Amino acid sequence: MRLGRSGRAGAFAALMLLCVAPGRMCAAGQWAAPPSSSALSVPTSVLLQPEELNRLLQTPGAEKPLIEKPLILQVGSRVLYAQAHIPHAEYVGPGSQDAGAQILRNRVASLPRKTFIVLYCGCCPWNRCPNVGPAYRLLLDMGFTRVKVLYLADNFGADWVNKGFPVESAH
Amino acid sequence: MHTRVPRAASNSPCAAPKLTRAAIAIYNVLLVACLAASIAVATAQSAPPAENLLNKQAPDFTRHDLDGHALHLNAFRGKVVLLNFWATWCAPCQVEMPVFSAWQRQYGPQGLAIIGISMDDDAAAARQLVQRLKLDYPNAMGDARLGLRYGGVLGLPLSFLIDRNSVVRARFQGETDVKVMENQVRALLAER
Repeated sequence: MRLGRSGRAGAFAALMLLCVAPGRMCAAGQWAAPPSSSALSVPTSVLLQPEELNRLLQTPGAEKPLIEKPLILQVGSRVLYAQAHIPHAEYVGPGSQDAGAQILRNRVASLPRKTFIVLYCGCCPWNRCPNVGPAYRLLLDMGFTRVKVLYLADNFGADWVNKGFPVESAH
Repeated sequence: MHTRVPRAASNSPCAAPKLTRAAIAIYNVLLVACLAASIAVATAQSAPPAENLLNKQAPDFTRHDLDGHALHLNAFRGKVVLLNFWATWCAPCQVEMPVFSAWQRQYGPQGLAIIGISMDDDAAAARQLVQRLKLDYPNAMGDARLGLRYGGVLGLPLSFLIDRNSVVRARFQGETDVKVMENQVRALLAER
């Protein structure tokens, strides 16, 4: 099929859009879906914004007993967790590493599959985070149906701590 | 520790003072517990924002690098120091680190000293990466205490540029244009 000048320009623009679109890796004009290890593999429908989670945590249970508090699991580094973490969040280790995946598997093994779970990391900019993607996939594979992932665009410091949301320190 | 609370129905004249002492003891225990909890919660919030380190003396530290040699920040006074926090699972860190290694070779003779601090949980993994990348500068393991002294290392990569007088002159958080960073390194090296 031959394309006219405007057609070629349009095709080029479309290709460029694909190349710069989040989650698309462009190499020699080809593109691919983000690997399952990437945070970009987490569907946007399960993302939880920091403001939403903070609101959820701030709602007193006595006032709205029907609002369920989630089990919050940090799937990043222990050193980052020790400096600051979301109150009551539990450390399970980097989701990208075998040891972290095993701890996560053990932690949730006996839980009902309808347990409301929120995962977060915040180690790196979202599109570079290696931990939340594998951790989310693992919970999905185990049959959990109510898993949310906290969306931290830049990192935990910028998108949670610096916004004045509550933190605890294990240090 | 078990605290014995006297029965309120006692007719003994000593009952009131005993109750008071017990109440004070319980109060003290609760007070200490509350203070400890509030300190734990407040620690990260009260950590100085990293921006506050700008134009201030870099927090000094002493550690052992991954080869076991002592690494004392103050010993680098007189040099321009690029202090880089990284981790093995941080992809953008691994883009920067070979560049830093090249800078160490290029600008080292002019007084640049690069120090890497791994925020990994596992020193073996950090050591392996340093060897694989053949880094030409010392690297040590970090911890929460050091992170908090630098305003909280709550996202990587994170680098601080420290001048020859040990003053923090720049902070780079996240993926950074290394050209911008290099220009600042050169500017500081030119300062005498």
